[in-house]
Amino acid sequence: MATDLAFEANRQPSPMLEWATRHRVALASLFLLVFPLVMPFKALAVMILIYGLYALGFNLLFGYLGLLSFGHSALFGAGAYLCGIAIVHFGWPWYLAIGLGLVAGMVVALVIGALAIRTRGIYFAMVTMALSQCVYYLFYQAVDLTGGENGLRGVNLKFVNIFGFQVDFLDPLSRYYIICSFVIAALWVLSRILASPFGAVIEAVRENEARARASGYDVMLVRLLTFVLSGAFCGLAGALLALHLSTVPIETMHYETSGLAVMMCLLGGMGTFFGPFIGAAVFLLLENLVSVWTSHWQLFVGLAFMVCVLFFPRGIWGTVMERMKA
Amino acid sequence: MMTQAASQDQSVIMRTEGVGKTFGRFVALKDITAEFRHGAITSIIGPNGAGKSTYFNLLSGAFAPSTGKVLFEGRDVTGLAQHKFAHLGIAKSFQITNVFPLLTTHENIRVSLQALVSRFDIFRPRTRLHELDDEAEALLERVGLAGHRHRLAGSLAHGEQRALEVGMALASHPRLLLLDEPTAGMSPEETRTMMDLIVRLAQERTVILVEHKMKLVMGISDRLLVLHHGELLAEGTPDDIRRNDTVKRVYLGQREH
Ligand SMILES: Nc1ncnc2c1ncn2[C@@H]1O[C@H](COP(=O)(O)OP(=O)(O)OP(=O)(O)O)[C@@H](O)[C@H]1O
Ligand SMILES: [Mg+2]
Repeated sequence: MATDLAFEANRQPSPMLEWATRHRVALASLFLLVFPLVMPFKALAVMILIYGLYALGFNLLFGYLGLLSFGHSALFGAGAYLCGIAIVHFGWPWYLAIGLGLVAGMVVALVIGALAIRTRGIYFAMVTMALSQCVYYLFYQAVDLTGGENGLRGVNLKFVNIFGFQVDFLDPLSRYYIICSFVIAALWVLSRILASPFGAVIEAVRENEARARASGYDVMLVRLLTFVLSGAFCGLAGALLALHLSTVPIETMHYETSGLAVMMCLLGGMGTFFGPFIGAAVFLLLENLVSVWTSHWQLFVGLAFMVCVLFFPRGIWGTVMERMKA
Repeated sequence: MMTQAASQDQSVIMRTEGVGKTFGRFVALKDITAEFRHGAITSIIGPNGAGKSTYFNLLSGAFAPSTGKVLFEGRDVTGLAQHKFAHLGIAKSFQITNVFPLLTTHENIRVSLQALVSRFDIFRPRTRLHELDDEAEALLERVGLAGHRHRLAGSLAHGEQRALEVGMALASHPRLLLLDEPTAGMSPEETRTMMDLIVRLAQERTVILVEHKMKLVMGISDRLLVLHHGELLAEGTPDDIRRNDTVKRVYLGQREH
């Protein structure tokens, strides 16, 4: 800690970095607009968008507030299922279904959060994991609505109507750009939250709960609100996943999906704005590239993860940012 | 509530009525009834483990007493949540330094100021709260950290961190400032600076100070409470305390060990 601090003791940011930070959403948007043109597989590019958003939502709680949740698959999965159910069973228009997915993420976050925020550290991880397993079980059992073990099939969306224009959702590139517009909007909202007065409170609570409390902040409320905000991003990501895959596999809610968020965050750099996104991209690219020539891809992804954690404890993006500050 | 407050003696800012605290079976504090005068510096002294911090925590709302009542300006604040104390006008600094290490000194103060103005605003840029920046600057100057606004709080020297925490406590414009051993671990020179600061701050507000080095506070305190083994041993002006035989025995006994 001490050496860490000495390293960046004086945090007067360079003008370049400050400019880039102020326009981080615009810069990210530019990148995301070009991204699919250089990517060999458009579907993979879409998955990176979706999982990037999921990891971003997770990072709000993990990196910025300092709470390690092992139950985020429930928020992601609830978003996916509710969006899918609205379309399959109730014939809702796609944009309302996405809205429902987002709200579902928040509601599940509110319930899990209300029960878990009084615990801390490893207990928080365990309680969130146990509660997410309850949610998993609930969806697993509700076969009529969710398809149970087989997952929810038939979330078909052929065209989307945008301001009177019919856009072909089956075309990979236009699908990418539709989903991308949601992700960019989410990035913008997240950036606003982090730059808001409440964003400062989130970091203060992470840094020192007792001091935050003595300064007049209701720490429990801050945690709950951050959890719910995190649920909004994860729910939205889930909803987009349902539309992209045309189905919701039950694995979406599995605890492995929770672990995925942790891994992506650590890989890219927790508590940094773009880190989780980069983590998601690296993870999914590795998985796709390596699985082409060996079925033991998990071994290689695991190794890459370990190298990263051992040699770049701040993650890929975290390390880049550190170098730029120095 | 109002009538009760009005009927209360205006010269008393805080009172405890028979407060006690037990941790499991261990009695850390027993039946303490005491008053703190408005505008005064009152020091709570006593040897190590006397129960000073426990009493301090009851006064500052860190936890509720096991028995008894705490009243602030005539209002019963027993068991009120910690974060509400800041809004009532009671602020504190801890015995063990508590700052936000990875935020800059300026951000440390600004976040503390913000607690009174904007806690749950998630969409406005925080840079729009200009007045807070200026106020934070003024507070940094007040506690002698004007040149350090961009430094991370965790990289400050120990004495500077303690000063920063006092600055954070001042951010809520407290009428009552509670300090638990503000000079703990400081060099003699840092200690002198801190004591001067406390005397200056006490001109505008009530101060309650916890200290185990009796000599340090004798000169500046208006009144003293002496705790020993969780009990109130003596209470009075510095002269009263100096002349008190029981107090002498406790402090002399200490030195023999
Ligand atoms: N949370 C706790 N659980 C159990 N025992 C405690 C707790 N806090 C304090 N004590 C005990 O209560 C007694 C009084 O502690 P307290 O911290 O109030 O002493 P103090 O007068 O502030 O001493 P010091 O000068 O060392 O700060 C000590 O014996 C301590 O071990
Ligand atoms: Mg103490």
